[in-house]
This record gives sequence, structure tokens and C-alpha cells, in this order.
Amino acid sequence: MAAIGIAELQGNARRRRRESRIRRVFLAAAATAIVINVAILLSLFDGVVDFFRELVEGPGLGVLWNDTGWFPRRNLFDVKTVFVGTVMISLIAMLVATPLGLGAAMYLSEYAGRRPRRILKPILEILAGIPSVVMAYFVISFISPDVVQRLFASATFYNMLGAGIGVGILISPIVASVAEDAMHAVPNTLREASFGLGARRKATTLRTVFPAAVSGIVAALILGVSRAIGETLVVTLAAGATGGSAFTLDPLGPGQTMTAALASLATGSDQVKGGSAAFPSLFFLGALLFLFTLVLNLASDRFVRRVRRKY
Amino acid sequence: MPRTATVERSGPAAEAVRRALRGKRADLGGLAFQAALLLALLLALAVLVTLIADILGTALSVFAERGTTFLTDNLSSLPERAGVGQGIVGSLWLMGFVAVLSFPLGIAAAIYLEEYATDNRFTRFLSASIRNLAGIPSIVYGLLGLAIFVQLFSGLTGGRSLMSGGLTMAILVLPIVIITAAEAIRAVPLAIREAGFGVGATRWEVVRSHVLPYAAPGVLTGTILALARALGEAAPLLLIGGAPTFFSAGSRGFLETLQGEYTALPAIIFTWSRKSLRAFGESTAAAIVVLLAVLLLINATAILLRNRYERKW
Amino acid sequence: MTERANVGEPARVTAHIDVRHSERSGRAVIFDIRDLSVLYGDFRAVRDVSLPIRENEITALIGPSGCGKTTVIRCLNRMNDLIDGARVEGTILYHGVDLYDARVDPVEVRRRVGMVFQKPNPFPKSIYDNVAFGPKIAGFKGDMDGLVEESLHKAALWDEVKDKLKESGMALSGGQQQRLCIARAIATRPDVILMDEPCSSLDPIATLRIEELMQQLVADYTIVIVTHNMQQAARVSDRTAFFTVDVKQDAQRTGTLVEYDKTEVIFTNPTEKRTEDYVTGRFG
Repeated sequence: MAAIGIAELQGNARRRRRESRIRRVFLAAAATAIVINVAILLSLFDGVVDFFRELVEGPGLGVLWNDTGWFPRRNLFDVKTVFVGTVMISLIAMLVATPLGLGAAMYLSEYAGRRPRRILKPILEILAGIPSVVMAYFVISFISPDVVQRLFASATFYNMLGAGIGVGILISPIVASVAEDAMHAVPNTLREASFGLGARRKATTLRTVFPAAVSGIVAALILGVSRAIGETLVVTLAAGATGGSAFTLDPLGPGQTMTAALASLATGSDQVKGGSAAFPSLFFLGALLFLFTLVLNLASDRFVRRVRRKY
Repeated sequence: MPRTATVERSGPAAEAVRRALRGKRADLGGLAFQAALLLALLLALAVLVTLIADILGTALSVFAERGTTFLTDNLSSLPERAGVGQGIVGSLWLMGFVAVLSFPLGIAAAIYLEEYATDNRFTRFLSASIRNLAGIPSIVYGLLGLAIFVQLFSGLTGGRSLMSGGLTMAILVLPIVIITAAEAIRAVPLAIREAGFGVGATRWEVVRSHVLPYAAPGVLTGTILALARALGEAAPLLLIGGAPTFFSAGSRGFLETLQGEYTALPAIIFTWSRKSLRAFGESTAAAIVVLLAVLLLINATAILLRNRYERKW
Repeated sequence: MTERANVGEPARVTAHIDVRHSERSGRAVIFDIRDLSVLYGDFRAVRDVSLPIRENEITALIGPSGCGKTTVIRCLNRMNDLIDGARVEGTILYHGVDLYDARVDPVEVRRRVGMVFQKPNPFPKSIYDNVAFGPKIAGFKGDMDGLVEESLHKAALWDEVKDKLKESGMALSGGQQQRLCIARAIATRPDVILMDEPCSSLDPIATLRIEELMQQLVADYTIVIVTHNMQQAARVSDRTAFFTVDVKQDAQRTGTLVEYDKTEVIFTNPTEKRTEDYVTGRFG
């Protein structure tokens, strides 16, 4: 056997150098995610600072809580108007998405055999792929006139109910998908135990599987709310109130969410110029959106991790 | 002497058991529940069908009258002359930006996360950053694009230009690419990696020769679906000048195209939706049909590729 | 001189010793393991293992599940490096060189110390590419066809696959796949072959073929094998190391080396009572 010293076991230096070079390249690629986060935070922060500066130097901070509404071009930035608008749309959307999404998830996970599953799952995926602009058109061309206005005589053409329904349909597939994953992950042994005790499928689903998967289901719902809050196109086109909106709690009339306010302002007929508080108000809204979705996503994450840890 | 149990053949107890086992009381509650669930699913299906039928019906007249000129005409304030040509071109450009920028970057990031990163605070922070990005509403990406590409780097990009829109879309799609690629890479069995290390391969050699080829179908599918997602997004473009009512393209050079005005299919649908439904309703429906057709094509391609390259070995 | 088995005791394992190997006890020590402990995070998987592994011998590591046999064998080619949080205490000398010296490149170690895994894991590539991969990345520039053929010959697989080298390695039977993995390990011209329960997922006939192969290979290689199968250890190995689990006060299940000796001794006349209990089937 030939003698071996450290030198023989040192390997190829060039190969090692190439390895560390490659590793650094991949690390840099991954680090861009952090860079983007920082960039978003900085640009939002910069805009928010501008916004408050414009307000303080101009109309005063009082405009953030006035009784008229959100009219950026009139320097009226009533936060509660757009906030309530977002809440209302999200509420209506969740009223639609929860039964639709959870129902679909329950059926797919607990009842569907192989063949119906093979048809229904792709359909759910297709529904998930519908662009929101298409749903927006659907709301103004069908849901609003033919459903909402027929059911509620007092409804205007642009109303939050229709928009909310549209958003609800849009987010149902996501809710269904995450909830179904959670239910599917419940080990069969639990179901078998329940059946073994004489329970039927409905009881098993509701009393055994559902509670076991509750973390994942909560995560699904939180995710749904997060998406509903961030939805822009449907509310911009269908909820109306393009120039600005008065404070309202009426779902049958027009209203404005934070996202719609952003979009309307950005695509308004007059070019949004710097100098007034209107332009930086974009970033103010963006910062609010960022914060809300961040909190919700963190919460949803925590619930998802609880599911994973169990199994 | 062993004890044997006597089986009762008759008597009230046996009768009760017999009845319970045989008599099938219809489980109304359970059936109703199952029906309700199925209804939920069918409702979703019904929505889809109504949506498509409604749109197709409305759009039919446009294609009947104008055929393919609808696909090539430019934007116009006159509905009978307005077409989606510039939108198709713009969307193609945007997809190009996404493919060139976010695919390699996203896949490289995924490789780092799955193959090189050890479990420490930095890695957990990295994963959290990526998940956070994936959950940010798309319009906030528009704000990022507005602040950085339109304003800060206006000299390079030309302000509210195609380049700014493309860069913004690439950033928007990046977290999706990372997450789907990472999933595909994670699915590669450990045994294959161990085998590679066992014969004295370095990490990169194992990744390049074994992990990536094995994960390629999954990565491919994921990136194509990310492309489809980018195609349907209009919200960020609204802030980056992607929704003009009309603009003249004329014959522009490469740089002028990148730094000039543009639009995209979903943005056109947005702009037209705001106009009077009576005037532009049909054109909007037709544009939606074009968008959905392209999306269908992309999704079908993804599924086809996935099935074709699914483990042949 | 052959050891005769104690025929009258059915519970005992019979061991047939091939004198040819055990006579020469002055063999070079390839791996000198001294006071080896392996920790995964806070968990001490194996404690204070000291044993020399000799050239051109088959050394078997036996013992109940969880006693650290696989952990120890994976230290010999630094595969444990790949596990996040794995730490090694003590020394392993390979040809007199500290295997865990900072200057040592684990990639080079793994070229010289090959490994065959519990479940056959050929690459999803052709048979040819499976065998050629290791030498190719190590920079082999010579006659690759010849090297592949030689390796497949040595693994007793050549005749069965010589006409289908371009076919997928995964299309072979379990036993053939494992021999392909052996050929793959041999192709990098190692001097040691580690085998982690190589036959546990194979049928008895395939197992026997691999055992025969081992006894041919040991003329050119040093072989270390982890096995759950005591009879297998008794059949093929020259020396046997018996490990067991030690449950300490803190309830950590740490593996320890109980006894290490020539195989015939371990199975017919062990020193430790724990060893005797294990090999006679009284526990484990």
C-alpha cells in the first residue's frame, strides 16, 4: 500500500475554489430577497415621511380623520373611510369564501373518490388562475346588474356587495387549497378510529378531522383575508367611487378600499404631481397595506407551522 | 373443562340486535351535509361556466365582425377600431423580462436555500423574507417600481416605461419562482444525493449532475405557472404607466421601445372596463377571451411538459 | 486447523473460519479509531469507541438498533459532515493521517473510501454513466470504457449488463442494483469499501451473491460492514465489533463498543457477558 500523508488527502484546490465561488453566487441570489424587502420598506417609508411632511406643512394632520371622506385631490384623507371600505369588502368576501372554500375542501378531502377528485381538483386550480381583472369585468357585467341589483332594489350599479362577492369567489380556491392540504394531512388512523366507534362520515368529518386540522384551516382563512385586503382590480372597477369616497357603511352603494384608493389615484385623469399631499398619499396607503398583510401573513405562518409540527 | 359461551338464538335481546344491524335508517343528516358540500363545489363550477359563457357570448360579435384584426389593431378611443395588438406585444415583452430576470435568479436562490444553507438565524431570516414577499399585495410592488424604477432611475429606464414595468413584474414574480423551485428541489430523494457524495462529488457536482436534472420537470412547471400569473397581473402596471388610453407605437428602436410607453393585455381590459359598457363592453369581452386563451395555452403547456418529463427512469 | 462448531447447542451460532485470513494478524491498520464520540447537537449518539480496522479484512459492526454502528461507519468517509449539527470528538487516523484535520478535503476522502448504502441507490442514469460518474468528476482522463468494464467485472455484474450499458440503472433487479452500486464505488479506485447493511433489502439469493462477492473483493480492498444479521457477520467477517446501547441517567441512548475481536472469538467464546447474550439470541 502506498504511503499516504496529508498532501494526498488535500484534494484539488481549484475544485475547492470553484465550489466556494459557486456557493457565493447562489448566496447572492438568495440575498436579493432581503434586498427587495429593504427596498420596499425604504420606498414606503420615504413616501410616508413625504406625506406627513406635506400634511404638516399644509392642511394639517386633522384631515386624516375628517367627517367627509377620502378625497385626495381636496386634501381630505379620512383614513377610516378607506379602512372601513377594506373591512367591508373583506367581510363580504369571507362570507362567500368560507363556505365555498371550506365546503369544497371538505368534499375533496373526505368524500370525493378518485374519479370526481380528478375532475374537481383541476377545476379548482383553473378557478385559482382567473386573473382578477377578468373577475372585475364579470362583476360589472353580470353580478352587479343581474344579481345584486335584482335582489336589492336600492343598490346602485357600483356597489360593494357585488365587488365583495367577486373577491370572495377569487379567493375561494386559495382557501380551499390550504384547507384541503390541512385536512388531507390528518392521519387516516384518526378517521379509522372514529369509524371504528360507529360514527358516520359527517360526524367524522366535523368532529374528528375538522378539529385536528383546525390550525391549517385557520391559516387558510387568514390567508384568504390577507388576499382579500390586497385585491385591487375588482374593487377599483366594481365598487365605484373613483374620485374619492365619502364615509359609508352601505354595501349596496359605492365605496373605496385602500387598494382602490391607490389605484384610482394613480390612474386618475389628472396626472398626479408631486408637491401636494396627493402623490405621497399613495405610499401612505401602501404602507398601511404592507403592515396589515405582514401581520396577517405572520399569523397565518404560525398556524401553518403548528400543523406541520403535529405530523 | 373449558367454558363455552352460549349463543342466544332467540329472545328480546337478540331481536334488538338483529333489528339494529339490519335496519338501515336513512342518514338524512349525513346525506344533506354531503349534498351541501357537493353544492359548494358545483357552485364554483357554475360560476366558472357562467363567466366563460357570458364572456364568450359577448365577445363573439367582435370576432365575427373583425376577425384577427382585433388582435393586431392598436388602441383607439373608437371601439370599432380598438384592438389588443399593443397589449399582446407589451405582455410578451413583460414575459421576456420575467423569464430573463426572475427565472435564473429565483432558481439560484432556491438552490442556495435547499442545498447550501445551514439552519441558522440568517437562513431563517432569509426564508421569512421570501415568504413575506410572496404575501405582499401586488399593488405594493407597483409602488416599489414607482419609487425606484420610475423616479429614482428615470434616466436609465425612461420613467413610466416598458423597462420599469418589466423590472417590476420580474420582482413581483421572483418569490413565486423561488418557492416553487425550492419545492421541486426538495422533492429529490436524499438517496440520490448520498450516492453522489459517496463517490466523492462536491456539492455543486451533486446538484448539477443529479439534483437539478431530477427536479427539472417540477422547476419547469413552476416557472411556467409563475409566467401565467405574471401575465394576468395588472395592478402594479397601473402605477407604472401601463394603462394608457392610447399611444402610437410607430416604428421604434430597441432602446426606444424599452424606454417608451407600453401596455399589457390585462391593463387594456382594465382601461376598457372603465369606459362605457355599452360602447366598449364587447371589445372588453373579446380582450378577455384573448387573455384567457393565452393563459389556457400556457397552463396546458405546463401540464403537458410535466407529464412528458415525469420520471421516465 | 479448523474450528469446529458446538453442534449440540442449537441456540448457538456456528462459525466457520477461513484460516487464510486470520492467520496473518500482523496486518497494517488502515483506520485507527481512538476514543471516538459523535454528537448530533446535544445528543451523544456514540461514545468512546476505539478500534483498529485492518487492511484486507472484513470487519463487521453488529449490535441492536440505535447503537451507533451506522454513525461510526459514516465517520470513516466523513458522510456525517453532511448532517447539520453533527460533531466528532476523538481521533480517526486513516493511514496515519488525522481524517478530520482541517486540511483534509472530505471529497478526496470519499473518493478513497467508498460506500454502499442500505437501499440500493443507483443514479437515474444509464448503467455506464452510473459507474463513470465518480471517476469523471475526480478528473479521470484515461480509458473510461475500460475502467467501467473493469469495475463491473469486479462487482460480478459485467456478464449480465454488458449488452445493455446504455439502459437505465434503475431497471435492474434489487440485487443487480446493489452490485451496480458496488461497481460504482469501486470505479474511483478506493482502498476501503464501507457497506451499511448492504443486503437488508435484498432476497436471500441476492444476499448470498453479495456475500460471495465481498469475500472476493477483500483480497484487494478493506471492507467494513454494518449488519443486523448476526449469521451474516459470522459467515463473512474476519473481525467483529459488538456495539450496544447504554442508557445513562439522563435517559440519553448512547451507543458504545462492548467487544471487538476475531469473529470466531466473538461468536464462540466472547469475553463480555453482553456479547454472549446478544450472539446467543438471549436479547436483541
